[in-house]
Amino acid sequence: MTPTTQTSAAGRAQGAAATAAPPEPPASRTRRPSRWLAWGFLAPVTIYLAAFYAYPLYRNVELSLREYSVRSFVQGGAPFAGLDNYRTVLTDPAFGSTLLHTMVFTAASLAFQFSIGMALALFFHQHFPLSRTLRALILIPWLLPLIVSASTWSWLLNSDSGLVNAALGVVGIEPVNWLTSPGWSLTSVIIANIWIGIPFNLVVLYSGLQAIPAEMYEASALDGASSRQRFWWITLPLLRSVSMVTLLLGLIYTLKVFDIIWIMTRGGPTGSSATLATWSYRLGFGNLLPEFGPGAAIGNLLIVMALIAGLGYIRIERRQHP
Amino acid sequence: MTTSSLRTWWKTVIGLVLTGLMLFPVYWMINVSFTRDQDMRASPPHLLPTNGTWDGYRAVLDQQLPYLGTSFLVGLGTVALTVALAAPAGYALAKLRPPGGSALSFVLLIAQMIPGIIMAMGFYAIYLNLGVLNTLPGLILADSTLAVPFGVLIFTAFMSGVPDELIQAAVVDGAGRLRTFWSVVLPVSRNSIVTVSLFAFLWSWSDFIFASTLAGGGDHQPITLGIYHYIGNNNQQWNAIMATAVVASIPAAVLLIVAQRYVSMGVTAGAVKD
Repeated sequence: MTPTTQTSAAGRAQGAAATAAPPEPPASRTRRPSRWLAWGFLAPVTIYLAAFYAYPLYRNVELSLREYSVRSFVQGGAPFAGLDNYRTVLTDPAFGSTLLHTMVFTAASLAFQFSIGMALALFFHQHFPLSRTLRALILIPWLLPLIVSASTWSWLLNSDSGLVNAALGVVGIEPVNWLTSPGWSLTSVIIANIWIGIPFNLVVLYSGLQAIPAEMYEASALDGASSRQRFWWITLPLLRSVSMVTLLLGLIYTLKVFDIIWIMTRGGPTGSSATLATWSYRLGFGNLLPEFGPGAAIGNLLIVMALIAGLGYIRIERRQHP
Repeated sequence: MTTSSLRTWWKTVIGLVLTGLMLFPVYWMINVSFTRDQDMRASPPHLLPTNGTWDGYRAVLDQQLPYLGTSFLVGLGTVALTVALAAPAGYALAKLRPPGGSALSFVLLIAQMIPGIIMAMGFYAIYLNLGVLNTLPGLILADSTLAVPFGVLIFTAFMSGVPDELIQAAVVDGAGRLRTFWSVVLPVSRNSIVTVSLFAFLWSWSDFIFASTLAGGGDHQPITLGIYHYIGNNNQQWNAIMATAVVASIPAAVLLIVAQRYVSMGVTAGAVKD
């Protein structure tokens, strides 16, 4: 329709060469301008991705395949070690328990965040005065810097003067060493992480609820369905894809959680609340003598887990928006 | 009062209780920030800051201002870098649709899933060799990786909604693509610029892992490290720690009050993208 002034011979040649490119949405109503021009707009981000995502990731893989000392880390020349670092990590007695902690942390966080978030979303989906304002206020825990939330929970769970133990004392329960006993440290960081994750689940599930047409409920109410039946037969099935996306994103985020655990317990005592993320950080940065190789190896195992979850997410997204 | 309005008021009461429960830790942070040292270990703890003190906030003014300043600069730098990189990319993906564009979107989606610890370790190795550890630009660059992919996806989603006719009209008037982008597309995309900027600022303000690995040994340390050192060195003065935490939460509070609709737009657009 409107010939763009930029369409040059070079652009056309490029266009012809690009017919083998991945499937594209049908040409928009405007005539497609030069492809060179489009990539001009994309060049900064592409260079950025290569320099600040791809290259650090490559460096991380390289770290995990070499035997670094502090000296060789600065000056270079670390010997190639093949998969030794991975072997070291996988045969470490701490590996099994850390993997288990990561799985328990993730599963428990997801289960509670999701179910509490769903309950709150259903509640706030009703119309009542102040509903909007209160729903906005509940976002606060999600927006706070993690170090703020983590230090607040550290003080709430403090053994001697924390409010939680004081409240338990009122109902006659002995004080619990939330952060300093190996039996409770993982539970403590899970509690804090659940609190932080509830608002996110609430917001996404709430937006899913809003997409369900009101007529569905009206029709079923005419048919005499109880509210419980409506929840099981209308809300849950129609919310299925939104729920899957929420859970998968939660999984990706929770695998990454580092700040909360590190600030509250540093993964301790004696590794009782360590996850793969805190273990990796401890090896690389938490000791006087850094062990970058094994630290990077754990990081790479973590990324594989995150990517598997991520591909699941993308699959579901694609199915939802073909 | 009719029965139905009575019922909705009951719901408001329940809603207030639920919100109160969720926000109780936030209240407790504020309460402790005003508590005197000698009341800190009182049993039972004081639920209200009677005999409140400003000591904690005085300590913030004395000791934490440089950290806050650093965080502010890093936040602004991250916002500028993120918008400058993401807005043109979003425009290209939404309106110019170059071959390979969908592959790039896919890469951006994947990039958001990489755990921070892995990026931190890679950055540390690179920065050490380049000699940019403990510098502001180094920290800004690293923090921008938290927001750039998100920014591109938000801009793409938003700019897809800009009418083609608007862009065509500009082109007919003889504007080049760059000028169309700058004087037509960007102004109508104001909301998405606000959303991306808010999240970029908030994420860099909250960042702890890049701060502790890439800036932990230098003169330019952000407020997250200010709090972290406080907890480590000074774990008797919880009013000062909590006062710092309250001050560090101000951007989140402002964001929530001033830009509520942008916040939920960002959360849902980030989670359920098209």
